[in-house]
Amino acid sequence: MIEVKDLHKAFGAVKAVDGVSFKARDGEITGLLGPNGAGKTTTLRMLYTLMTPDRGQVIVDGIDAAQDALAVRRELGVLPDARGLYKRLTARENIDYFARLHGLPEDLMANRREALVNALDMVGFADRRTEGFSQGQRVKTAIARALIHDPRNVILDEPTNGLDVMATRALRQFMQHLKNEGRCVLFSSHIMQEVGALCDRVVVIANGRVVADESPAALREQTGEANLEDAFVKIIGSEEGLAA
Amino acid sequence: MNMKTVTPIARTRAFATVFLKEVRENLRDRRTITSAFLTGPLLGPIIMVMLLNITLNRQLDKAENPLPVPVSGAEYAPNLINALKAEGIVPRPAIANPELAVRKQDADVVLRISPDYATAWRKGEAVQVELIYDSSQRDANASVERLSNVVETYARQQGAMRLVSRGLSPSTAWPVVAAKRDQATAQARAALVFSILPYFFVLTVFMGGMYLAIDLTAGERERQSLEPLFANPVPRWKILAGKLAAICTFSAASLLISLVAFGVVGRFVPTEKLGMELDLGLRFSGQVLLLMLPLIVLLAALQSMVAAFAKSYREAQMYVSLLMFVPILPSILLSTMPIKAQGWMYAVPLLGQHLGIMQLLRGDGVTAEQLGLCLIGSLAASVLGVLVTARLYQSERLAISG
Repeated sequence: MIEVKDLHKAFGAVKAVDGVSFKARDGEITGLLGPNGAGKTTTLRMLYTLMTPDRGQVIVDGIDAAQDALAVRRELGVLPDARGLYKRLTARENIDYFARLHGLPEDLMANRREALVNALDMVGFADRRTEGFSQGQRVKTAIARALIHDPRNVILDEPTNGLDVMATRALRQFMQHLKNEGRCVLFSSHIMQEVGALCDRVVVIANGRVVADESPAALREQTGEANLEDAFVKIIGSEEGLAA
Repeated sequence: MNMKTVTPIARTRAFATVFLKEVRENLRDRRTITSAFLTGPLLGPIIMVMLLNITLNRQLDKAENPLPVPVSGAEYAPNLINALKAEGIVPRPAIANPELAVRKQDADVVLRISPDYATAWRKGEAVQVELIYDSSQRDANASVERLSNVVETYARQQGAMRLVSRGLSPSTAWPVVAAKRDQATAQARAALVFSILPYFFVLTVFMGGMYLAIDLTAGERERQSLEPLFANPVPRWKILAGKLAAICTFSAASLLISLVAFGVVGRFVPTEKLGMELDLGLRFSGQVLLLMLPLIVLLAALQSMVAAFAKSYREAQMYVSLLMFVPILPSILLSTMPIKAQGWMYAVPLLGQHLGIMQLLRGDGVTAEQLGLCLIGSLAASVLGVLVTARLYQSERLAISG
């Protein structure tokens, strides 16, 4: 479970995140929805302790990130916005590198790696060097190395970005699979359909603030819009109206 | 996949994991390999051999071969011309414009004998012959010196004969004679030629680790792999330590290859022709390696630090290339200002290594005190460099790619 309390982060005069609070529960998929530049990536970066919040608290499985960042990172599997691979290493070697950094014993590492290679349908390219990989192959490799230590919580920053239809479908199924295993899945997106189809809960962020935190159904109900996209526009729109 | 929580396992493996991964990955990069194991370490020995052979052959040529010299007014001084011929100088017909010919390098030196030479000679007066040359043409200097020596020797002989014919001892005219006693050992003379060697060693270390250092931060950031790397439960300093160790390994390997190459090359350089002695053997290599060890760490830290400021790979490459000029400074300093080596200078990184290696080349060896100063000074600097780099590595901005 991931718990975020009143997060603040400013870069100079720009308040990127301005009081964000939400909970992402185990066995649920939580979507972080918001337009580009709303503060989604910065919020996630504070979650996986790449950045320190100016104010507020991040708690993962009861561990305070400010107290023990390393323990928090151990509980998280992260697919960051930046998902660069080592191009002179094969997909398997890329995965193994992160496994060893997590301190996995070699036999356990091999088992988990092969399970992920199968689950993500990577068998065809797992022994190729990642230079020249397609976007889909890259994301699969990046996800496999993020999950190699079998984390209870999974954070995915815009995971379907740049993927084609087939790869997107496969990834969505994989996220359902993670949820069914009882994990806490938190992902960010700016695509309404994706969030509507996948999420148990939607946290809408605009201008660094949470403007809605509901189930997709409740969101539609609240705004009186049957279509989630219209609901989204209405929420964001009214927020901008308030800000102006 | 089961859901049991991962127990924290031996984290000490992180250092080795990063180190081994960096080594393996970079061994697969042709550019890194070429720079670290080929061009870097072999450039020095090859340039050295070429330079030495050219200068040696040239000097030997000039000393032994007949030297053609255009002479104008040769008919006025047949005895002088004969004396020149006896010393292997071949008089050539006069040329129209000696000054221009010398500047255009058509002739190394031109001898001009004025028409009143014969008259003045017969009267027993001092006569003048002109040597026309251009001292900025270093190539010609050996010829000029040779001709000038022959002319002066001839003049002294004739002077002595005139004194004897007047019943005087030649020593009346030369009451003081300077006798030159050169104390330079054969090795010291070689050292003069080899004063560029310390720079080659530093350059080798530099080039050996350069691509790794750039890749370490700027490269990782550019290909967006630093952020996922930092999401792992490993303290950043351990990642940095592993990467620095990989850089040091590559640059140390570079240095080793270079030392071996110099050792091999040292056997083929005809230094004995110039009366020099050069020992680039095992003892020398071992001591150079010891002197350079702290410098390897220091350069790795400096390169990483400089590269960490860059936003892109190309930018980092530019910064690091500029940094490459820093190690030249002691060499330039010492060659332009012939300062006597003070004790404290050994404690200055780069300068200490330069002085130490020069001492070794001269065959004087380094004292324990000099060695200690050099090691402690450079070690302190490299610790500082590593600490500053580690601090830089903690920065939040470092990991952000965009």
